[in-house]
Amino acid sequence: MAKLTIEDLRKIREQAKRSRNLREGEGTARITVHMGTCGIAAGAREVMDALLKAIDERDVRNVLVTTSGCAGLCSHEPMATVEYADSPPVKYVNLDGEKIVRILLEHAVEGNAVKEYAFAIGSEKMS
Amino acid sequence: MDKYRSHLLVCTGTGCVSNGAFEVKKALEDELRKHGLDTEIQVIGTGCNGFCERGPVMLVQPEGIFYQQLTVEDIPRLVEEHFLKGRPVESLMYTAAEEEPSIPLMSDIGFFKDQILVALRNRGRIDPEVIDEYIAHDGYIALEKVLTSMKPEEVIEEVKESGLRGRGGGGFPTGLKWELCRRSSGSPKYIICNGDEGDPGAFMDRSILEADPHSVLEGMTIGAYAIGARYGILYVRDEYPLAIHRLLVAIDQARSYGLLGEDIFGTGFSFDVRLIRGGGAFVCGEETALMASVEGRAGRPRFRPPFPAEKGLWDKPTNINNVETWANVPVILQRGAEWFASLGTETSKGTKIFSLVGKIRNSGLVEVPMGISIKKIVFDIGGGIPDEKEFKAVQIGGPSGGCIPAHLQDTIIDYESLTRVGAIMGSGGLVVMDETTCMVDIARYFLEFTQSESCGKCTFCRIGTKRMLEILDRICEGKGVPEDIPLLEELAERICDTSLCALGKTAPNPVLTTLRFYRNEYEAHIYDKRCPAHVCQSLLTFSIDPEKCTGCTLCARKCPVNAISGERKEVHVIDSDLCIKCGECYLACRFDAVIRE
Repeated sequence: MAKLTIEDLRKIREQAKRSRNLREGEGTARITVHMGTCGIAAGAREVMDALLKAIDERDVRNVLVTTSGCAGLCSHEPMATVEYADSPPVKYVNLDGEKIVRILLEHAVEGNAVKEYAFAIGSEKMS
Repeated sequence: MDKYRSHLLVCTGTGCVSNGAFEVKKALEDELRKHGLDTEIQVIGTGCNGFCERGPVMLVQPEGIFYQQLTVEDIPRLVEEHFLKGRPVESLMYTAAEEEPSIPLMSDIGFFKDQILVALRNRGRIDPEVIDEYIAHDGYIALEKVLTSMKPEEVIEEVKESGLRGRGGGGFPTGLKWELCRRSSGSPKYIICNGDEGDPGAFMDRSILEADPHSVLEGMTIGAYAIGARYGILYVRDEYPLAIHRLLVAIDQARSYGLLGEDIFGTGFSFDVRLIRGGGAFVCGEETALMASVEGRAGRPRFRPPFPAEKGLWDKPTNINNVETWANVPVILQRGAEWFASLGTETSKGTKIFSLVGKIRNSGLVEVPMGISIKKIVFDIGGGIPDEKEFKAVQIGGPSGGCIPAHLQDTIIDYESLTRVGAIMGSGGLVVMDETTCMVDIARYFLEFTQSESCGKCTFCRIGTKRMLEILDRICEGKGVPEDIPLLEELAERICDTSLCALGKTAPNPVLTTLRFYRNEYEAHIYDKRCPAHVCQSLLTFSIDPEKCTGCTLCARKCPVNAISGERKEVHVIDSDLCIKCGECYLACRFDAVIRE
């Protein structure tokens, strides 16, 4: 692939920022399953599998699924963060295959956070 | 009126009276009198206050606490909890129906709100296997700025001014290290990322590599430009398969975008990297042993000088930095040295990542500004000690570090202030201990690790640590003698003096710091043959409390050596001569009748 110029880099940055923005992108919600070694050891792969299976079986549209590394609170893994439209992100902890499906249906599809599984709302402040 | 510390305004309007307010008021007065509180707290019957639906109601002044729907049965508990112990009873208070407990804000949660993310700036937000996401979050902005508008010397100046010090444990000023390497003659120059992370319990570097590999690659590329290096090596321990996989994907994607390789951004600067998997030894985290390992030789340290900046990999000038150090570089160049230096203390700028583990409620990875106190990390961020146990100490710095007892919890995180109390910053392992931790056992645990990881080159490290470990084993088995402590101290001094590398030099540290602050535990093991924390198995005694034993026979059935005797429904007894202290009876008893001390 051709080398990037600085202009190319800037274009990619703008494009990537836009598609991350739920309003301008394709989805109404994004679920990020945290998959660092801690998460995987605690069962994040099973959570991800259950999530993808549910999306497939129920033909859920407009929910983006992505992964990231460890979110820091390793003792509460598996964790997932859900962003719905304009609302602040919600961090869910101690998940399993069943809980994530409920979160998918109630929060990512309907927009109602599942309070029992939620740990915090908002983002970490960047310095 | 002034001699009462509190007034209880019980509504005795018609509505509440028909709901039993008079009986509640009388029960209150009786209960207060019973506890001798009637001279301190006055009960006053008032007229209707309006909230009839929730009667009988009571307002506690001066706190302003409003209780509702009180019954006579509630009164004993209410008086005991609130007025005797000072703990208002939430379940009797009013909660609005719409105000269901809501999800706490991130900015209110102790674990998150006191952290400042610099090296972990992208945590939880990006898919590490998609380079565009790194780019979307300000990725490679710093590299662009450096390659197009800064001279190498200016980059070094910026890093020097930021005050960044090596995060792998040494704390050497990074800018100065780069400058020394730049000034050395020899070509080609190399830079190395030390991803060996050998300290047991440390996983900061693993987390960065798994979650944000590009931050390290960008940092290295900037460093290579500043120093004049052409090649970089990432030495990552083999036991980190996920980190290795994510790094390889990142390197591949960076290459395909031309962010690594020839003529980056068309500026004429070329730099590429290679990933090398560690050999599986703790000592390979030591820079000279690491370089030997890269060169294909056995990982053993060598004498310094010459330092790697002068003669390193294949005798060429080499700059080695830790993963966390590299991850800080892009953000320093992007936001400026002044911003970075505004965080932290006079001598320790910026933030440090700690792996917070042990007897703590919230264990995980925390990034905190230098200058924060240990107390804040343990209680505010960590959430305190679980199971109502008492905080005893923290161990900082892994097997090279030391224990800081609870009474020094106001000590701040800063390179110099930690050294003053006998610990070291180290790579960032922070193990929290409570009253059930035996400090002699902890010293033994760390020494067992360093002893087995000793490369063997230096006699005192090779043999001295083994002898120290034997002494500690004997002490924990109840076979310690008074001469053991001075012998441990003498061995420790000799090992420190005559070891070539930091593994040997710091191996005795856990023993020395525990002797400094917990000598009494060593003495209890040696003179009283007792382990105060009830950990060392050979020093435990098991007995049965006759008050609690129900004679269920469960312990007797579990005992592998038939040391417990007793008939059904009769108090059981453990024969201490036969007891092998396995603890099965303690685990089996459902009535808390087995005493372990």
